[in-house]
Amino acid sequence: MESLDAFFESWGLEPIWNNLPRFMSGTILTIEITALSVALGLVLAVPMALARVSYNPALRVPVYCYILYFRGTPLLVQLFLIYYGSGQFRDALENAGLWVFFREPYFCAVLSLTLNTAAYTAEILRGAIQAVPIGEIEAARACGMPRSLLYRRIILPKAARLALPAYSNEVVFLFQATSLVSIITLMDLTGVGRVIISRSFRTFEVWIFVGLIYLAITYLIAWAFNKVEYRLMGHLRASPDQKRAREADRAHAAIATR
Amino acid sequence: MFDYRGYGWVFWEGVQITILVGLCAAVVAILMGLIGAWGKLARSRPANLVANAYTTIVRGIPELVLILLVYYGVTILLQRTLTALLGSEVLIDIDPFTAGVLTLGVIYGAFATEVFRGAFLAIPKGQIEAAYSFGMSRVQTLWRIMLPQVWRFALPGLGNVWLVLIKATALMSVIQLEELLRWSDIGARNTKLPFTFYLTASFIYLGITVVSMLLQHRAEVWANRGIRRA
Repeated sequence: MESLDAFFESWGLEPIWNNLPRFMSGTILTIEITALSVALGLVLAVPMALARVSYNPALRVPVYCYILYFRGTPLLVQLFLIYYGSGQFRDALENAGLWVFFREPYFCAVLSLTLNTAAYTAEILRGAIQAVPIGEIEAARACGMPRSLLYRRIILPKAARLALPAYSNEVVFLFQATSLVSIITLMDLTGVGRVIISRSFRTFEVWIFVGLIYLAITYLIAWAFNKVEYRLMGHLRASPDQKRAREADRAHAAIATR
Repeated sequence: MFDYRGYGWVFWEGVQITILVGLCAAVVAILMGLIGAWGKLARSRPANLVANAYTTIVRGIPELVLILLVYYGVTILLQRTLTALLGSEVLIDIDPFTAGVLTLGVIYGAFATEVFRGAFLAIPKGQIEAAYSFGMSRVQTLWRIMLPQVWRFALPGLGNVWLVLIKATALMSVIQLEELLRWSDIGARNTKLPFTFYLTASFIYLGITVVSMLLQHRAEVWANRGIRRA
């Protein structure tokens, strides 16, 4: 242990080595906020995507405006608007009993990240719903499916699979965007990095270390989504028999052309 | 609601810097994107390796961390290295504007790299072979055949990169660059009306986004002129 300490000290890395538990708790907070916002955002996004493809303008137009606003403005401004902006209505919020939530940076962070990712996710789902082949919908209708069953059995399962690659990107972006919560004083991975730098002045080393943790988790998320996609696309994959047959064909072709 | 108590001018101050930083960073990003795309497509192992490392690292780390790393970290690293090399104390002070332009340019250059890579691959191979068979050199082929067309395939992707980039300029307020969000912050503090000021700022960003989308559409129509459509 002592030799390890000496090793890290010789490289100027002792602020990182000595603060590993803090980095750990920061990483956990980052993952926690990501998971919470992703889950809540998805719950909001599904009905919004359905409203967005609706023929009823009373449903479609407000959701369109919501999506335009949250995709067209910086997340940091949205975060400030909720966290600092709520102070302007402090009296009203106190009367409504809501101030206990809005004075908490954690609540404001999750709220703004959720509203933001819900807009992006709804747009991804809209694209996927509209990409479901019309023939499949017609076939379901011809079988006599009512609309609700059509959505439950045909459109939404198909759209979920079509949306998956774009959705995995969105989850990665949201994970990285959580670093902004450090600006409103939360001790996530970036926040921990800032505090440790302000004490140790090891700016370069700490940011490289923090960056590597983000990098590792980013590619872990991408890898996990790839696995899920592979699973869900099982029916489109060649079966082992087909693969063997194809390889045999190729071998024959190779011999034939020689 | 929209009473700025005499602080309405902060938005005009801020939006100029925001657009200026955004445009300068976009130029850097396009240059980095072209170089990066060359690196990915070149028949050179080291170039492939460097370009792939560039996009992998930049796209895997949050912008905020990269901004702080470049603005505070790289300056200190340069300072330390130069001090060690020269033996005397060296102070390096990058102003927030230059740091912002370079950081955003390098970050979004990685995204532009992917866009240009796809665009170069979308140019029909027959045209390039035809250019070679006419005796054009590689540089001539690039200049006369590939570059004029690459914009047509790259514009939709570049438009998206621009939309993300202009929103990311808001992060520059963290390194004290006096752009739109920072000026709104000053207005909000002085008037104690944070909601009013941040809401107005958000609508200005929304306006920039919507105008950019309209311009992008017109640029795409322009780039596709003379192309037959089904």
